[in-house]
Amino acid sequence: MITARYHREIPQRYRLEASKCLKCGHINFPPRLLCPECKTNKFETIKLSDEGKLLTFTVVRVSSDRFSKETPFAVGIVELNDSVKVTTQIADVDVDELKIGQRVKLIFRKIQDDGKAGIHCYGYKAIAI
Amino acid sequence: MRDVVVIGAGMTKFGELWGKSIKDLFVEAATKAIENAGVDHIDSMYAGAMSSGLFIGQEHLGAVMADYLGVNPIPATHVESACASGGVAFRQAFLEVASGVSDIVLAGGVEKMTDGADVTDVLATAADQEYEVFHGITFPGLYAMIAQAHMHQYGTTREQLAAVAVKNHRNGAKNPNAQFRNEVTAEQVMNSTMVSDPLRLLDCSPVSDGAAAVIVATMDVAKKLNKNLIRVLASSQASDTIALHGRKSLTTLNSVVKAAEKAYKMADKKPTDMNVVEVHDCFTIAEIVATEDLGLFEKGKGGEAAANGWTSIECKMIPVNTSGGLKSKGHPVGATGIAQVIELYEQLNGACGARQVPNAHVGMAQNMGGSGASCVVHILEAI
Amino acid sequence: MIGIVGFGAYLPRYRIKSEAIARQWGADPEAIQRGLMLAEKTVPGQDEDTITISVAAAKNALRRAQINPQEIGAVYIGSESHPYAVKPSGTILIDALGIGPHVHVASYEFACKAGSEAMYVAYSHVKSGEMKYAMGIGADTSQGAPGDALEYSASAGGAAFIMGNERVVAEILFTHSYTSDTPDFWRREGEMYPRHGGRFTGDPAYFKHIIGAGAALLEKSKLTPKDFKHVVFHMPNGKFPLEVGKRLGFTKQQLEVGWLVPLMGNTYSGSSPTGLAAILDVAKPGDLIFMVSFGSGAGSDGFIFLVTDEITRVQERAPKTRDYLDHGKIYLDYGEYAKFRHKIRLND
Repeated sequence: MITARYHREIPQRYRLEASKCLKCGHINFPPRLLCPECKTNKFETIKLSDEGKLLTFTVVRVSSDRFSKETPFAVGIVELNDSVKVTTQIADVDVDELKIGQRVKLIFRKIQDDGKAGIHCYGYKAIAI
Repeated sequence: MRDVVVIGAGMTKFGELWGKSIKDLFVEAATKAIENAGVDHIDSMYAGAMSSGLFIGQEHLGAVMADYLGVNPIPATHVESACASGGVAFRQAFLEVASGVSDIVLAGGVEKMTDGADVTDVLATAADQEYEVFHGITFPGLYAMIAQAHMHQYGTTREQLAAVAVKNHRNGAKNPNAQFRNEVTAEQVMNSTMVSDPLRLLDCSPVSDGAAAVIVATMDVAKKLNKNLIRVLASSQASDTIALHGRKSLTTLNSVVKAAEKAYKMADKKPTDMNVVEVHDCFTIAEIVATEDLGLFEKGKGGEAAANGWTSIECKMIPVNTSGGLKSKGHPVGATGIAQVIELYEQLNGACGARQVPNAHVGMAQNMGGSGASCVVHILEAI
Repeated sequence: MIGIVGFGAYLPRYRIKSEAIARQWGADPEAIQRGLMLAEKTVPGQDEDTITISVAAAKNALRRAQINPQEIGAVYIGSESHPYAVKPSGTILIDALGIGPHVHVASYEFACKAGSEAMYVAYSHVKSGEMKYAMGIGADTSQGAPGDALEYSASAGGAAFIMGNERVVAEILFTHSYTSDTPDFWRREGEMYPRHGGRFTGDPAYFKHIIGAGAALLEKSKLTPKDFKHVVFHMPNGKFPLEVGKRLGFTKQQLEVGWLVPLMGNTYSGSSPTGLAAILDVAKPGDLIFMVSFGSGAGSDGFIFLVTDEITRVQERAPKTRDYLDHGKIYLDYGEYAKFRHKIRLND
């Protein structure tokens, strides 16, 4: 049952909330207690840009059981406009037409279900723009 | 720090070993190692395993194995660093002898992967659960993304990836403990089922059961037992971000670069001094990138090197994965790091038969966890 | 002046043609298309549901309204396919959009008119002076039973409307609801597919209630059918809205802009709301709009809107309904459709 674990990540998964280090400006997504660059611990909450470009991707054809009804699906690493990188599925796409460097936008979709009777888990996916 | 020598080794066959439990596997390998070493006791032991908890519901592996090996009450520690668990276990054993705390230490690794767990799910725990795995990525998927980026940046080709698998199977065919003893052709590799574009089934190391163990000891112990002196010249370890998307580069594994730098410095050796190298080819692309990041080839040229045969035993340039690598030998996750050390040990002892590298006297093993978040490098020398 | 300050729709990209469904069940594709006036319908992706559709539509509404989401006092989502039987769809939506937590949220259900209800209640809260803004959304991913007539039409989509009292783009002049116990179409708790009374869904249900609400609206407003530029009714298939329009005295031309059903299918609680969104996308200041929804069980909510000068300011701020309807379509065959719609019994 992943209810508490899921709930903690909602600001990140639903609203792309990140933390920006007040000292050196480094952006952490998800937010952290310690800035990995300058090791201080004072941050402000910011929202990431929802647009970016595809740095790399793959098409998962053999997945874990949880995602097995959705294969083949594309997953990639997107570099958002503020240079933050995220791993995300790429939805509604012809997997043969994906290209490194392509512009994408993050949208709100259901990512997975916690089994037949558990909660629905939502978050971001990318679509080609 | 005292000198540390490997004085014995033992391993099970790697494969789908339905009749053997995790305890059977570890005890078989450990007992062989102890016999091979000829010691009458061990001071301490390490058991590397990635996830006995998720695979078979058993944690506390140090205690379990000390019990079943019959060596209570010596200290026994479970070591975990995803697929580098074995290599890190070896490093811990090395440190315990080098530091003077113990004289004879067993470093073992084991994994029991075929008892019914969702293997893809369990292996994925080596990645970032909330920001990688939650989104559906798998381990083949992570390395596939590295492959795509490497192909895009350096022009590495599908054929070059296949060359790695072909070579490793050719070597594994000569390894009696290997899971797969059949050779494969490049066509077979490139026509095998697509797992995560561009990686196909034959680009991926298999699911395996198995265990491996070595005994490390002081120079004095080794001399008293009349052993060939296979000294651990260097032991180093490095870390990098857990998530692939957190890395500075998608095509360079910084944990490998850093661990290798420290190892060469500690050993006072250069990449060209290595006679034989075992690398962590969980996927064919991983071998290509590792050979670059270990400094064996220029960055971006790892694929070309593999395709040109420069990493084959026959070429005599720098044989990589004479054991068959993870691809052909098998990859019982926790055992792999130890099995790599055993291959070096056998090569430096001149005991590898059909896959012997002539005059091998310095060898290196690179063991890596997850998508490169941890890496451990060892250099051994026959003195 | 109280009315709509922001609006937006969303439709998924996937489609299935009615001929693919017909061939699956051995029906005559041409007869189906002629009879229902349905060429194809929208299908939600495996990662889409009423909540994700509502979020997308609401984002478009917020883009048009350009208000601080924190000023929204209530969010209501009406659907007959809420992802949870117990846990309101709106709680996920408000966290996704940065609305609340000082907000009232509820899920509405009334077969296909749950969306217009949500709109009506949101409007009422603003009208009563209780809050500055309130949002009503109609969205659905309803199921049609395999081989049943409704399988041709049950589709996915939704629209969101933010009601307010400043910079109104479409003033709400009149509303009227008409309800009775009419068992034309229902779904028992625990059942996967709804059931319906065949031809009983026509005159005693759809026509009676739409005409009941529609005639009362005309009476209340002292307006006549020809005063209206655009008209939209609940669209269970292509034929019914044209017929009820005719009976109330409207022409086919008045229904044209909102008549999305031949390509969209029946988005249930999203039906007349998405039709309304498509109308607002192109409406001009001074246009009068007549909308009557229908929900089985049964009831209708009617609205008369007067488009203001503010409309031209907001139309281009977000994708239009027809952008979703006409572009980027991905066609599925029946097997893919069945998989997407969870109609295949899995081993879980």
